[in-house]
Amino acid sequence: MFRTLGRAVFGVLALALPASADTVSNFTLDNGMQVVVIEDHRAPVVTHMVWYKIGRADEAPGHSGIAHFFEHLMFKGTKEVPSGAFSAIVEQQGGNDNAFTTEDYTAFFQRVAADRLDLMMKMEADRMVNLNMSEEDVTTERQVILEERGQRTDSDPGSLLSEQMSAAQFLNHPYGIPVIGWRDEIAGLSRDDALAFYHAYYAPNNAILVVAGDVDPQKVLAMAKAHYGPLPPSDKIKPRHRPAEPPQLAERRMVLADERVAQPYLVRSYLAPERNAGDQKQAAALAVLADLLGGTGTTSVLARALQFDSQVAVYASAAYDGVSVDPQTFSLVLVPSEGVSLGDAEAAMDKVIAKFMQDGVNPDELARLKTQIRANEIYARDDAGGLANTYGEALAVGLTVQDVQDWPEVLQSVTAEDVMAAAKLVLNRDHAVTGWLTTKEAAQ
Amino acid sequence: MMLRIALFLLALATPLRAEINIQEVTSPGGIKAWLVEDHSIPFTALSLRFKGGTSLDRAGKRGAVNLMTGLIEEGSGKLDSQGFAAARDGLAASFHFDSDQDGVSVSSHFLTENRDQALVLLHDALTVPRFDQDAVDRVREQVLSTLRSNAKDPGAIASDLERARSFGDHPYGTDGEGTIDSVTALTRDDVVTAFKDTIARDRITVAAAGDITPAELGAALDALLADLPATGAPQPGRAELQVKGGVTVQDFPGPQSVVVFGQGGIRFNDPDYFAAAILNEIIGGGRFSARLMSEVREKRGLTYGIGTSLAAWDHAETLMGQFQASNENVAEAIKVIRDQWATVAANGVTETELNDTKTYMTGAYPLRFDGNDTIASILVGMQDLGLPPDYPKTRNAKVEAVTLADVKRVAARLIKPDDLHFIVVGQPVGVASE
Repeated sequence: MFRTLGRAVFGVLALALPASADTVSNFTLDNGMQVVVIEDHRAPVVTHMVWYKIGRADEAPGHSGIAHFFEHLMFKGTKEVPSGAFSAIVEQQGGNDNAFTTEDYTAFFQRVAADRLDLMMKMEADRMVNLNMSEEDVTTERQVILEERGQRTDSDPGSLLSEQMSAAQFLNHPYGIPVIGWRDEIAGLSRDDALAFYHAYYAPNNAILVVAGDVDPQKVLAMAKAHYGPLPPSDKIKPRHRPAEPPQLAERRMVLADERVAQPYLVRSYLAPERNAGDQKQAAALAVLADLLGGTGTTSVLARALQFDSQVAVYASAAYDGVSVDPQTFSLVLVPSEGVSLGDAEAAMDKVIAKFMQDGVNPDELARLKTQIRANEIYARDDAGGLANTYGEALAVGLTVQDVQDWPEVLQSVTAEDVMAAAKLVLNRDHAVTGWLTTKEAAQ
Repeated sequence: MMLRIALFLLALATPLRAEINIQEVTSPGGIKAWLVEDHSIPFTALSLRFKGGTSLDRAGKRGAVNLMTGLIEEGSGKLDSQGFAAARDGLAASFHFDSDQDGVSVSSHFLTENRDQALVLLHDALTVPRFDQDAVDRVREQVLSTLRSNAKDPGAIASDLERARSFGDHPYGTDGEGTIDSVTALTRDDVVTAFKDTIARDRITVAAAGDITPAELGAALDALLADLPATGAPQPGRAELQVKGGVTVQDFPGPQSVVVFGQGGIRFNDPDYFAAAILNEIIGGGRFSARLMSEVREKRGLTYGIGTSLAAWDHAETLMGQFQASNENVAEAIKVIRDQWATVAANGVTETELNDTKTYMTGAYPLRFDGNDTIASILVGMQDLGLPPDYPKTRNAKVEAVTLADVKRVAARLIKPDDLHFIVVGQPVGVASE
């Protein structure tokens, strides 16, 4: 909705694809700021985004939620553009603006007529270094964020389960803490905390500029040099070495029973490797595996076995993203049919997976999926804003422009053997959390 | 409720990029469509809409049209569900079927190289769907699962209460997905009847965008749609909006309440519609500078988001809003909204608000058309509203022509503090039904 958190509860598909290389240019400014320009001249519109390589997982212990809190505070004004004026100015230009935060990055964007790009850069550069929010702004915005947590998490048993599962999935890595933060820690965040965070991490050498639309790359570069070029780099930007996961040796299970639940379901998440610069093969195999297992509601392995050949479930899916700094999850979701217990549904799901491990990949399905992957490259060109996202998030987690452009080919090169090897590595319940969301009555 | 607001925004998302060129195409067989031709990417988006939708459910068969919509893609001709999905995916085509209270929508896109084969599949889905009993049973279970979830979803509960209260016995008064009882009782015959009632040529609107010429589109339209039956069921009559101010509280556990509020709206063809649209944008647009966002969120921190929407349905008009807030904040938020309603009704808006909103609405105009799928869907929405193809060229002038006096007059006519009704689902502190 507004100034939102990223990452949907059930993850996303990893098959989003980039534009062909000839429409994408990239540069680096002297102060370390990366620049990516994606040309799309079909309409006189531009998307302007600045991504900061700072997210929930980079926060200090006890300060959970400050990355997201700070995202909100970025709208609270500078000397030139007072509190609330940023969005108002964008709107007066007929544009829209928003921002979002995930575990790994925080991003701000505007979508405007292409001839307003210079003004957007001027304002975005201004708030990268000149933010000056009042104590009152901080207090009110903290209330908004507690309301946001109330709306998105505390009022939704499914979100609560997801939060508890993440906490159990990561024994040591900070991905176990929710992006919005724990309620008590949000309540304790102060203006001083926010300013310290700002001065450390909001700097050009920690930022990526992505401009997509009806623009000329050389003109964008000149504009970027004029507005972002003079900003000083921060000396506090270090490589992101976060606490790593120890070997995971024991399966974790949990049941969340809530009187607000009417339709029970189960989620299984497995720890899974991410895409790495120059090394995306395993992640590509996992992306293909997710699609084969649960990418469609009809022909996927889980849907066919549990919704067609048997009537165990009304919904079954698999999801894997792969765009993250550190290992994340590969997850399965199953909504059982009326009268089927979560225990029976889970047993049926595990039987399907065991059979898949024996039978291997159906070559027709793999071929069909690769046809779709090729087509998605074409469809993706229709959405310059989507391409801006694809490049921005990839660069924000340490991938390169080349990695983004290689991704379709890496997906195409995945073999049935690669998929099975990835499945064998990841679908191990010692590394997994299984969560049941259930009604209060069923739990009693 | 969020869905209704979203659909409404789509239907009225009329702005186009300035140079967009809408061609009117009539097929050799006489089927009309709008086309925005653009050969830069080798695929086409094609959107269809059949007027009527879930409001054409027969008596006692609530949910039949919705269930039917979920089954169109579950096998046709010689292909069962699995065969149809495999054929579609093998062509990398996408078909999406959806129904709402005013229509059944079909959104599709397909590569130029696969166009003919994709259209054959879509043709079969629209003309010879199988509605196999096992598919009916499987999709019915999915609908029932949604209905069970809705029964404990405060947003869905609020929508149901609002619908019933506003529209009583009209189809608008109940959820088009049906009830657990009505959907459980639906048979394959009911699904077939719903298909015959809704999918017909006399109620269709068509638009395409992308890599297709007018001649190619004409041929495609005949191949796709000529076999459809000529007529379907008659459209429902006008829905009488029951207007009575007050508060309805429905108990629901949790830290927050969902609040839906609203009153009567204004017809799209009313001469004051543009003044009303500007007024709605000033009061409850989703922007941070809109009055309710500013007063309820930015100044007081009472909610994460609040907005209103002027909904012009085929058979009724409303002005509706929604927010979610901690139970202890609900009373204050309602008071702020009521104060705004009274202020706007009495005083209208300021010159600055009017000018800023005009600049926003006219400037945002070209930004909406961002891709073939969106363009096709907006073109269908425009035709559904009865707009001419040159409407995009005149639309900004209509916004610009609205004066402060117009908005003040419309505010006095439209904004009725005594009619404003709140439905609160939660455990709000200091708020009782009145």
